[in-house]
Amino acid sequence: MSNTEPAAGHTARRLAGTLHRRPRLQLSLLLTAPLTWLILAYLGSLTALFMSAFWTTDTFTSNVVKVWSLDNFTTLLSKDVYQQVALRSVGVALAVTAICVVIAFPVAFFTARIASPRWRPLLVVAILTPLWASYLVKAYAWRLILAEGGLLDWLLSPLGLDGPGFGLVATILVLTYLWLPYMILPIHTGLEQIPDSVLDASSDLGARSGRTFRSVVMPILLPSIAAGSVFTFSLSLGDYIAVQIVGGKTQLIGNLIYSNITLDLPLAAALGTVPVVIIVLYLLAVRRTGALSSL
Amino acid sequence: MKLSRPARITLGVAAVVGFAVIYVPLFLVLINSLNPDRSSSWPPPGITFDWWTAAWGSAGARHALVTSLKAGVGATAAALVLGTLIAFAIQRFRFFGREALSFVVVLPIALPGIVTGVALNTAFRTVLEPFGVGLGLFTVVVGHATFCVVVVYNNVIARLRRMPGSYEEAAMDLGANTFRAFVDVTFPLVRSALVAGGMLAFALSFDEIIVTTFTAGPNTQTLPIWIFSNMARPQQAPVVNVVAAVLVLLSVIPIYIAQRMSSDTASGGRI
Repeated sequence: MSNTEPAAGHTARRLAGTLHRRPRLQLSLLLTAPLTWLILAYLGSLTALFMSAFWTTDTFTSNVVKVWSLDNFTTLLSKDVYQQVALRSVGVALAVTAICVVIAFPVAFFTARIASPRWRPLLVVAILTPLWASYLVKAYAWRLILAEGGLLDWLLSPLGLDGPGFGLVATILVLTYLWLPYMILPIHTGLEQIPDSVLDASSDLGARSGRTFRSVVMPILLPSIAAGSVFTFSLSLGDYIAVQIVGGKTQLIGNLIYSNITLDLPLAAALGTVPVVIIVLYLLAVRRTGALSSL
Repeated sequence: MKLSRPARITLGVAAVVGFAVIYVPLFLVLINSLNPDRSSSWPPPGITFDWWTAAWGSAGARHALVTSLKAGVGATAAALVLGTLIAFAIQRFRFFGREALSFVVVLPIALPGIVTGVALNTAFRTVLEPFGVGLGLFTVVVGHATFCVVVVYNNVIARLRRMPGSYEEAAMDLGANTFRAFVDVTFPLVRSALVAGGMLAFALSFDEIIVTTFTAGPNTQTLPIWIFSNMARPQQAPVVNVVAAVLVLLSVIPIYIAQRMSSDTASGGRI
């Protein structure tokens, strides 16, 4: 049999045998390309960014001066503007996350436990589809709604009210809209996975639905909410496009980074470390709840 | 959980309101693309299809669309290869740094786009430009692939977790070698997860604006960048309306395919 087999098949079989006997070799073949990519293209870039945060910019020529110093960080900590913007950004991110939880919960509860099982997959698609509508289109839609004389003003005018217009409130509103599906989905999945028997057991033991919710549903759901919050929080913290579209004069940390990039890259890099530090701390905290594996 | 009737009705109403909030803005974009008036005041004075004709003839929009498609295909291809390799390595082997690797894969999407964008921009300008590689389509593809990897990875690893290892063992007991077992057993089982992951990666790349802004350079315009830079121009507003409306309609396709191909894809979005 082996005499008639073509040479190529023979080589392939020998190679397969070698690979089978040497799992380490298999592993290194699997990992070489992705590790090269991640380390060179991604981690390398991040390192370069953080290193440039310690450089400075010549105020006359706008050239980067590659001398190690903590000037940028001192500037960040000493100027009130930066602190205000950083605090405002964290505030916006937390507000968006909280509002998302409040809106997402009833929607997810309905799709996962109240709607008839036949409708559930359809409802999930109904949540997913707008998720894939373009970010810009969604922000743009809200520009139409919030514009002077736009839909919201028109709806509120019979009540003698005006819409919020463009500004901080509009920013929070639009970011909530943009990231809401990222919160609905994990909560839906979490709720769906709670076995009926657990809830029945709770009610057999005499718990009313409020008590069951507090003592059974919420603890199980916490990792899902934490997973959703990673996105709502992180995406809000770094956003600057939606802020440019509906934010009016509002400044968030993303806008500060963006506006400093061409003139003062080291300062922009130092500003960039702020959200990174906040989010890495957030991720590490959330990892304890097991949320990252349910992302 | 036994919910009282009023509680069920309240939750139902809240859900309906939630869905309305999700969909009303999207419908508004569709309606506004038929608005004969250039302003966005409500209600629109009438209906016209003129802007759709104008958009069809817009060279800028077409060119941007082609660039977006190229970038999406390139990034998806790279992400499919890298994401699949990482998923197999993490699912099948125990090795030093395994946890760290699974953390780093998620990082490009967990960190704000602007950080990833600025980092890549700095790196490309300092490392690639001396070699004569300027910012352009290539750097956009590299940037997009970096955060698309995680989507493919998640889809493939979810499938591998649910797939019993015994299938491959059985194939090998029957005399198949490693490659043969992969081609005949493993690959057909992960294929739909690859298609789903690829669709999601493509959609992610197609929609990305922040990382693109920093990696594209002045001469490369993807569709989101084109929309963003024309949004503020009153002359272009009607064409932007139409392009936005088309994107709303088109976004249904990848998600539909992804849903049909893989039930692991319940987690959508950036992950």
